[in-house]
Amino acid sequence: MATASGPASPTAYDDAIVRLFFIATVTWALVGMLVGVFIALELAWWPANLGIAQLTFGRLRPLHTNAVVFAFCGNICFTGIYYSMQRLLKTRMWSDTLSRLHFWGWQLIIVSAALTLPFGLTQTHEYAELIWPIDWAITLVWVIFAINFFGTIAIRKVDHLYVAIWFYMSFVITIAVLHIVNNIQIPATLTRSYPVFGGLTDALVQWWYGHNAVAFFLTTPFLGLMYYFLPRAVEKPVYSYRLSIIHFWSLVFLYIWAGPHHLLYSAVPEWAQTLGMVFSIMLIAPSWGGMINGLLTLRGAWDRVRTDPILKFMVVAVSFYGMATFEGPLLSIRAVNGLGHFTNWIIGHVHSGALGWNGMLSFAILYWLFPRLFGRPLLKPEWVTTHFWIATTGIVLYTVSMWAGGLTEGLFWRAIDPTSGQLRYPVWAYVVEKLAPFYWMRLAGGTLFLSGVVLMAVNFIISARAARAMTPATGDALPARA
Amino acid sequence: MANEHKDGFHRRIIEAKGGAMAVLTVIAISIGGLVEIVPMFSAKLGPEHLAGVTPLTPLEVAGRDIYIREGCVTCHSQMIRPTRSEMLRYGEWTRAGEYEYDHPFLLGSRRIGPDLQRVGGKYPDAWHYQHMRDPRSTSPGSIMPTYPWLYGARVDPDEVAATVRTLRKVGVPYSDEVIAGIPQQLRAEGGEIVTSLKAGGFTAEPDEEIIALISYLQRLGKDGTAAIKAGATKASLP
Repeated sequence: MATASGPASPTAYDDAIVRLFFIATVTWALVGMLVGVFIALELAWWPANLGIAQLTFGRLRPLHTNAVVFAFCGNICFTGIYYSMQRLLKTRMWSDTLSRLHFWGWQLIIVSAALTLPFGLTQTHEYAELIWPIDWAITLVWVIFAINFFGTIAIRKVDHLYVAIWFYMSFVITIAVLHIVNNIQIPATLTRSYPVFGGLTDALVQWWYGHNAVAFFLTTPFLGLMYYFLPRAVEKPVYSYRLSIIHFWSLVFLYIWAGPHHLLYSAVPEWAQTLGMVFSIMLIAPSWGGMINGLLTLRGAWDRVRTDPILKFMVVAVSFYGMATFEGPLLSIRAVNGLGHFTNWIIGHVHSGALGWNGMLSFAILYWLFPRLFGRPLLKPEWVTTHFWIATTGIVLYTVSMWAGGLTEGLFWRAIDPTSGQLRYPVWAYVVEKLAPFYWMRLAGGTLFLSGVVLMAVNFIISARAARAMTPATGDALPARA
Repeated sequence: MANEHKDGFHRRIIEAKGGAMAVLTVIAISIGGLVEIVPMFSAKLGPEHLAGVTPLTPLEVAGRDIYIREGCVTCHSQMIRPTRSEMLRYGEWTRAGEYEYDHPFLLGSRRIGPDLQRVGGKYPDAWHYQHMRDPRSTSPGSIMPTYPWLYGARVDPDEVAATVRTLRKVGVPYSDEVIAGIPQQLRAEGGEIVTSLKAGGFTAEPDEEIIALISYLQRLGKDGTAAIKAGATKASLP
């Protein structure tokens, strides 16, 4: 790695900010997934909201998605970016003040989301539910982050920008563009606003945003993290530099077109739907370019996957990335979408990405960073392997139940009695009742996955509290210990 | 890694320059969005207009705000696909023009409950009144929560006026008369539903939130269905 040489002292890096983002990541992982488990319970057992308006599924589902995407995944991205970019560019962040404004601003935004969404204050656009004053705060905090990000690039002490930095850059730029365009709203009151775009134009803009929030919040920054932390954990250089160039440019170019696959069979103009479908299918190539580059970085080190739980997490994460980015294009084919759209299959699909790819990669990074950031080894290294198996079992239960439940719904809804030519299952609740076992199984899977995070958090806390006498963290000088 | 490819074109020209990378990234991510979104504003390439679709009334607007607040869209779609099974279950597939005044759009992405695009007029007001209080009384096996807080809570005419004025700003054609008459209009519309509920054996006040929600639900799909029947759009698919 580029970081292996050079004069900069590791102590010059600002690791205090990385520790803050690290703690925030673990905290919001617990909160976001707990809300997820709770709303999963509500589908299995409807009285779970206890008659309280603020706890209904309709109000809490956006809180779950926002907490997991922007709070958990957002904070792990910032953790990894602040850690790796200082080392890749051999410089401290451009401004410590901006780093702190970014951190506290972002956490304040998350808290304000938790204080508004349960009270029904929402714009309804998926993953862009937050009301307009919070949208303005997000814009401000993002500009602060961007200035610090590009400022750090400007004062870098190495000429070359490593591939991870390109992916981070696409994250910083594209999220700004998406956020601003999808939130052009006219306020009616302090808490309500209405978008300037209406009808299907609004729908198309929203899914251009929604799909690319997945692309540029849950994919490109995570690929950047993979490109930094996977080679560090394997202690081998990335497999192919050329492949990383090709798949970077094709990924960022193609992804933007894929949004309309969320609106197949709607009244959105046919040409837009077809473009969305075609570009979604093409996305397999650059996505698998990233997966292949990640997996082949392990060449000659596969034996270590057996013993090193961090590598286990990473291999499963990259594999789930490959599976989810195969399933996505598959679901974008009109005929397949006709079966899967509106069903639990989609929920299974997003969770194979969110739990498998984002979750597992985040856990690997957190475990790898802990001894380096906090200057002490994990007290219970064997728990890391336990966490890995709990999480993997949880994902399998989750995705399998949602695939089966989704196919059940899709097939029952469309079944036609060949003799009468009428719907075979005209009573909606009949299909709902068939889904109950799948909802319970999903709840079990989600609970297992959350339990793994609890185990990780406990491990971090007891490890940080033990061995207080050890020297404080100084970054790279410390040995890796899982 | 990087250093092994010292003299590559990319290394010298692009990836060594933060500014160039940023500019090229902006270009790469802009093309797809521009190609897909800009034509939506053209009359020829964008969504078709549907004659006969008119903006919601003030009480329906109030109901729609409640629909948004409660997150109904997380479980109910408003989009009937042009397939045989969908049309048997829900009615005519949804035309683009039916959404024209929808700010924001409420197509939804998940059907935990059924589609509501054409639920307007499907059931009497009293059915909805009972359904929102106890979904299982009208739909056995439903997993929908109960919404007792909609009963008794009041619609604030000033809030409705703020919404209608803002909707006008974003292009929904409300006249000055409509905006000036919002309080009276709310009472009149609410009164009609209260009367129909009385016939069903329920007593309610015209400014309760449940009344506004019922008025919105009863409007859903009505303009579109009428326009399609009148031949204002393409014929139904086979």
